Amino acid sequence: MAEAPTPPRDGAKIRVEDLRKSFHGKVVLDGIDLSIADGESLVVVGPSGTGKSVLLKHLIGLVSPDSGRIFVDGRDFWALSNRERTEVRKEFGMSFQEGALFDSMSVFDNVAFPLRRSGRPPAEVRERVRECLALVRLPNVEGKRPSELSGGMRRRVGFARAIAHRPEILLFDEPNTGLDPIMTDVIDEVILEMKERLDVTIVTITHHMESARKIGDRIALLAGGRILFEAPPEEFLRSDHPAVRQFVQGSAKGPLTVEFQREESPAVSEVP
Amino acid sequence: MKFLEAIGRILLHVLEELGRFFQMLGQTAGWSVRPPYDGPEHLRQMVRVGVDSIPVVFLTTLFTGMVLALQTFHGFQRFHAEGFVGSVVALSLTRELAPVLTALMVTGRVGSAMAAELGTMRVTEQIDALTALGTEPVQYLVVPRVLSSILMMPLLVIVGDFVGMYGGYLVAVQLFGANPITYVDNSFQFLELSDVTSGIIKAAVFGLIFSLIACVRGYYTEGGAEGVGRSTTRAVVGGSLSILLADFFLTKLLF
Repeated sequence: MAEAPTPPRDGAKIRVEDLRKSFHGKVVLDGIDLSIADGESLVVVGPSGTGKSVLLKHLIGLVSPDSGRIFVDGRDFWALSNRERTEVRKEFGMSFQEGALFDSMSVFDNVAFPLRRSGRPPAEVRERVRECLALVRLPNVEGKRPSELSGGMRRRVGFARAIAHRPEILLFDEPNTGLDPIMTDVIDEVILEMKERLDVTIVTITHHMESARKIGDRIALLAGGRILFEAPPEEFLRSDHPAVRQFVQGSAKGPLTVEFQREESPAVSEVP
Repeated sequence: MKFLEAIGRILLHVLEELGRFFQMLGQTAGWSVRPPYDGPEHLRQMVRVGVDSIPVVFLTTLFTGMVLALQTFHGFQRFHAEGFVGSVVALSLTRELAPVLTALMVTGRVGSAMAAELGTMRVTEQIDALTALGTEPVQYLVVPRVLSSILMMPLLVIVGDFVGMYGGYLVAVQLFGANPITYVDNSFQFLELSDVTSGIIKAAVFGLIFSLIACVRGYYTEGGAEGVGRSTTRAVVGGSLSILLADFFLTKLLF
């Protein structure tokens, strides 16, 4: 296939148009429109079970949309061939909820995985792995197994693995859920440091408002399968949008509970 | 109407399962010829399917051969045909028992492990992580497992053929005092190369069937630890039943 001319970028690294997805007849995403600029850090917040992870998995193509389009660097992701999609995925680095480390391998082999798969020479792999582990502040764990690590360490090894192949876009799926407050802060700082040093576009899913404020250039509230509100952190926190107010204040009463709270859905993963 | 609906639902479910199976078969075939080739991973799987299964296959076929000799000896004694015990043991083992029993044992041993491993990787998002890292999970996980099963099953069956025949020999000669030389002679008198090769072809097909079913089961696991358990059970039950089913049609086809 001939190289298609690069369409105008309009500054958006990722653009989502009217994305819809249902699982077993239940609507999870109900028309999402979203644009993420090159180099921006977007944080998507929202109550549990509202499809935040599903949205994130759509961006990297782990879940295929029922309708709607996703553009990465101007390319229509689902219009590409399987092989081209694999290539586009290499621009992404993703960190999963529980780390999703390969438990049959050591920490070193985990971080080295994407490098070895793309055939880098061993010396380069060694150096890059050390670099990535240092960036997430985890020296001296290379020989350990994932099962020997604490939750916070596992997440950070996941980060190191996600950045090893120098991706342009980083996706974080609930990076600090289930961690103690100190580790939560460490994770936030590591993400901030990556943002500053790696020149990447970042999309983070979380329900910690404090983290969102710290790492986001922009915060979007997802509930009921729709983006209800998006704004820079200061504006987001000051907003008098009723749903935003409820979420920021963490109140049990409000529009989110009445209209949008769905029953907790199980972790969804699907292979296209 | 309810009845028809139920039939329709079951039919749809069966078709969906078959679809997944053949889709995975196609993907596995497609990805197996595309680089990168992961030599060490293939080798690791070959050891797990083949080498590690030798003790189980050894014991299974040894006792099968021994029982066969025991049973036929008693039966054949009634019409003074003890001389043909060796032939019966050799033929039944190579054509039927060694491939089928080896396949069933390996399904229980290796198929269950494959389903549980892939299932755990699915529910802990490790398979998603592979995709996210630009690695095709079918190529990385399924291809080495299926290929090494197709390759190692025939080798295991060859081992099983020998061990089983030796078991028959042990019983006939040691227990019933048959003449060792005539027994061995008898064993090979009616045995043709095609008997052995048909068993080997069966073994390769069984290897494909059980590994593919186990991988499909594991790959499409849903619902946490319970789901992994369900996938493992289904891999063993589905694999074993499919092997017995395929055995009938293969036997019909091969002779």
